Amino acid sequence: MGRNLASRTGAIVAVLVIFIYGIFGIPYGGLKASLERRINLGLDLKGGTHLVLQVHVIEAVNSDTDRDVQSLNTALAATGASAAKLDPTNPEVITISGGSAGQQSAIHDILTGTEYAGYDVTSTGVSGYKMTMRPTEAAAIEERALDTSIDTIRQRVNTLGVSEPQIEKYGLGDNEILVQLPGVSDPGRVESIIQSTAKLEIHAVVASYGSMAEAQQANPAGIPPEDELLPGNNGEGGPDQYYLLKRLAIVSGTDFRDAQPSTDENGRPDITFDLTTEAGDRFYKYTDANKGTGQMAIVLDNQVREVAGIEGAIRDQGRITGGFTEQQAEDLSLMLRTGSLPASISYLETRTVGPTLGAASIHEGVMASIAGLVVVLICMLIYYKGAGINANLALLLNLLILLGFMGFSGATLTLPGIAGVILTIGMGVDSNVLIFERIREELKLGKTAAAAVQDGFGHAWTTIFDTHVTTIVSAAILFLFGSGPVKGFAVTLTIGLMANIFTAVFVSRTIFDFLLTKKPRGTMELSI
Amino acid sequence: MELFRSANIDWLGKKWYFLGFSLIFSVAGLCSIFFWHGIPTGVDFKGGTDITVQFDSAPHEDAIRRALSDDHIKDATIERISDVGGGMVGNKVIISLPLSSAQDTAHDEGRSEVEQALGAGYHDSGFHVVAVDIVGPTAGKQLTHEAELATLYSLLGMLIYLWFRFELIYGVAAVVAVFHDTLITIGFFSLTNQEITLTVVAAILTLVGYSMNDTIVVFDRIRENLALSRRDKLPDLVNRSINQTLSRTVMSSGLTFLTVLCLFIFGGEVLRGFSFALVVGITIGTYSSIAVAAPMLVAYQEWRASKAPAGKRVALPAAKGVRR
Repeated sequence: MGRNLASRTGAIVAVLVIFIYGIFGIPYGGLKASLERRINLGLDLKGGTHLVLQVHVIEAVNSDTDRDVQSLNTALAATGASAAKLDPTNPEVITISGGSAGQQSAIHDILTGTEYAGYDVTSTGVSGYKMTMRPTEAAAIEERALDTSIDTIRQRVNTLGVSEPQIEKYGLGDNEILVQLPGVSDPGRVESIIQSTAKLEIHAVVASYGSMAEAQQANPAGIPPEDELLPGNNGEGGPDQYYLLKRLAIVSGTDFRDAQPSTDENGRPDITFDLTTEAGDRFYKYTDANKGTGQMAIVLDNQVREVAGIEGAIRDQGRITGGFTEQQAEDLSLMLRTGSLPASISYLETRTVGPTLGAASIHEGVMASIAGLVVVLICMLIYYKGAGINANLALLLNLLILLGFMGFSGATLTLPGIAGVILTIGMGVDSNVLIFERIREELKLGKTAAAAVQDGFGHAWTTIFDTHVTTIVSAAILFLFGSGPVKGFAVTLTIGLMANIFTAVFVSRTIFDFLLTKKPRGTMELSI
Repeated sequence: MELFRSANIDWLGKKWYFLGFSLIFSVAGLCSIFFWHGIPTGVDFKGGTDITVQFDSAPHEDAIRRALSDDHIKDATIERISDVGGGMVGNKVIISLPLSSAQDTAHDEGRSEVEQALGAGYHDSGFHVVAVDIVGPTAGKQLTHEAELATLYSLLGMLIYLWFRFELIYGVAAVVAVFHDTLITIGFFSLTNQEITLTVVAAILTLVGYSMNDTIVVFDRIRENLALSRRDKLPDLVNRSINQTLSRTVMSSGLTFLTVLCLFIFGGEVLRGFSFALVVGITIGTYSSIAVAAPMLVAYQEWRASKAPAGKRVALPAAKGVRR
């Protein structure tokens, strides 16, 4: 018994040391500072901004099939057939029509070529084909668009100097991203910087119109499928203009290598950009071919920012002017540097907690919890006398393990997490009460103290096991199916209950056994 | 010190009172949910904008309302928060705007408008915005859906575990009791027209856990007594089991109740809904173990006995072997 007791005490002390280390680490700069360093508080407690945004991944699929339509048309030119997307709400489908009967096998060969392996090709009657992007291919594009968006947003947020931002997929709905920015309580600028697609493209201009009506008049058959009509303004505050542009961009998103805010000859803010070598070559070829005749438009987020005649061949440098403020020029070049988003984004949820409100709720919550805990500890001492000390030690050790675990795992403590702690305290008290009441019953039956402790723990164990497993089962399910707040609750509850089985049963039993070794064998006395 | 040294209360004899009590509260809650306040959900679930503004001195709600309507902000509800802290901390107001459209596009409108309107039209004291919650319709629906599913699955999980450890009827009785508690608690929120927010949902999850815990303690004692004395009449045995665990019930629930009462009184406005749900929930959860779950076991056995051929004894399935 003696050695057994010693090794159990050793185990308890080891656990105590490990978890105290978990809470404070190697303390430097005072206990409070160490505590704050180790325990991550949720945004609801320390203040900050929580954003949920949705990426419209369908746009990425759309621009992918757009590119394929263009390259199909080039490839099909010899056969007389043409490819087009007819239904804008269903971007995965490309239809091919035209082409003489003799060319059918040539057309079919092009369509089933390795370049279009992601499509299923079906024949639609006499001389037409339908290409449908495979769902797996579309899903892969969507997945990539989501990942790219997360990377891009992370880079943008990092350049803004937000400390410890958290950017990840959000499980609640499809294609959602969770962005948490601790300490940011005025998210206006961050929000717009994250949201800007910053899709910068240069398109060839086909025609320009003063109004929408004029554009419709000029194109009675509708906009040709290889072109697109985009709005833009003609200088500062000028009337709206509409431009008919070639749909396929000359240079786009990934072709930009660098962008910097600068000023033009009149001292107004503008942006200079550099192209990658490969895009530079392409751009040189195009501008050289259309020197003096063509016009090109710089399009930002589907809005024409600037239209310029092509005066000479340009290789890899350019400039965007167009009435920016200094801040706008700076933000925009930041976005261009970090790359454009593959698809546009909308906000589903924005939550901002100011640091003072967070601090106030921690302070009040912590004070109230401590007050509650002290009341509980005192009541246990009065009602169970000596055994009350057991219960109180077990309860405090339980909280210590819980906090230590939070420190080790880097899990975040949120307001719902505190709810889990409260349930842990409740069930911790309950476990002790169950055991003590049972020991009292056994004592009443005339058993010796040692036998009563033995049987009391034995009987209560079944109950404690069932209550704890049931609750852990439900917490595990909440963890699997829940997100955010529900998860925070499940984490602290699960850890707290596991710790409780250790403290209320193992630790408390060890203390009882220790007390019993100090008493004569067969004693009936037990302070409980 | 000891309470209830040898309690001998006929709990099951009072089952009609219990039934009446539970029915009154459930029906009152349901009536309020269906015909009066509905389930008052906060911005978390129904979507919209909540702006918490801190004023330097006690704010005048009428002046705020005037400032807002001067700027053509309609349908705003203004709620004064009375924090126990008082002073600087106490002068807070939540301005709520309903969803401006069913779309997610017009997400951010509202926040800056309210700030401008107050800046232009409210002159009584300085102010600053301390918290903003904007929830779009999609996010609200997803959250509601998720909270419902998670709770449903976890109830199912507990039912299956109890089926495995006891018998199906124990699981059903426990889940019915927990459901009863949740219903009455939500009914209380509806009757008092308090908003159910995400934190309140966390509190409801807590009460589900607590009520389940309490019910299992009583069931466990019934299981143990059934194994010891199979010849006793079930109602007597259930009564004895409740009485034997009574001092534990009073002690545990009493202490937990004290903890959440501290939270309710001193925890401040942010935790008010949360602690209110727990104060109601702990009380109802304890009550339901004795007054709902245990009588259900007896009712089930009596129902089985009435269906069985005359003269054949029907015992409550004595739960599976107790492993020690």
